[in-house]
Amino acid sequence: MLVIPLWMYLIVSASLFSIGVFGVLARRNAVAILMGIELMLNAVNINLVAFWRYNTTSTTEVAGQIFAAFLFVVAAAEAAVGLAIVISVYRNRSSVVVEDVDLLRW
Amino acid sequence: MIAQYLAFGVFSLFTLGAGTMVVWSRNLVHSALFLTLSLFGVAGLFVLLSAPFLAAIQILVYIGAIGILFVFAVMLTRSMTHIPDLFNAQWWVGAVAGGLLFVVLVGGVIWPVWGINGTLPNVPQTEFVAATREIGIALVSGDGYVLPFEVASLLLTAAMVGAIVIAREDD
Repeated sequence: MLVIPLWMYLIVSASLFSIGVFGVLARRNAVAILMGIELMLNAVNINLVAFWRYNTTSTTEVAGQIFAAFLFVVAAAEAAVGLAIVISVYRNRSSVVVEDVDLLRW
Repeated sequence: MIAQYLAFGVFSLFTLGAGTMVVWSRNLVHSALFLTLSLFGVAGLFVLLSAPFLAAIQILVYIGAIGILFVFAVMLTRSMTHIPDLFNAQWWVGAVAGGLLFVVLVGGVIWPVWGINGTLPNVPQTEFVAATREIGIALVSGDGYVLPFEVASLLLTAAMVGAIVIAREDD
């Protein structure tokens, strides 16, 4: 039987999300920023699975796990496209520091 | 009982400690490897939450594919070691935003609602939950999730084609 209370999972997930927010806002390197986004997506996944485990009432209900599985797909697509953009920017400007990429700034 | 808390503590430590090191490390290759360690901790939490399928997918897709993708991106962009300036000039704004978000989430939502004296239950409703078999059935049955499944595969195909188009050399 599961004895760990739900709030412990939620606090771990909130901590991981906050670390990811700090990484996205504070790092200068574009690859590191994408890593922060991955941390945030993982925090969301912990939350989804924890709520599914603690709130499901039947042995056939899988909505929470399916939601988390689709989040994997979205995260994989996001990482692939994001890193492709980083590599393309590096080829054009020889830098992955986001402050150097100001093509769209007026 | 104790073993469960011990496993939870170890996996949480992996997740949060390695997550902190992802943000703090000056060497981006180390960051990428700490990211895989953090994702491994999340996989362990999935096992504790009786979701073994998601734990396997986490290791296969996240650690096996996305982790390696990050290592490749670090090496291809030669941005990796000994970064002189780790954080940007407004890093303290990010720190305040992250800390504030954590305080609001825990003090404003998690503790009042799911805490010791919270309004919603803290223990699982059932001892046994759906296994991998039910997930497989739900993903392909007409009254399940077959349409989102197909849309997700279309999204993944479009993202892969887009990534190739964006990243390849113009000639």
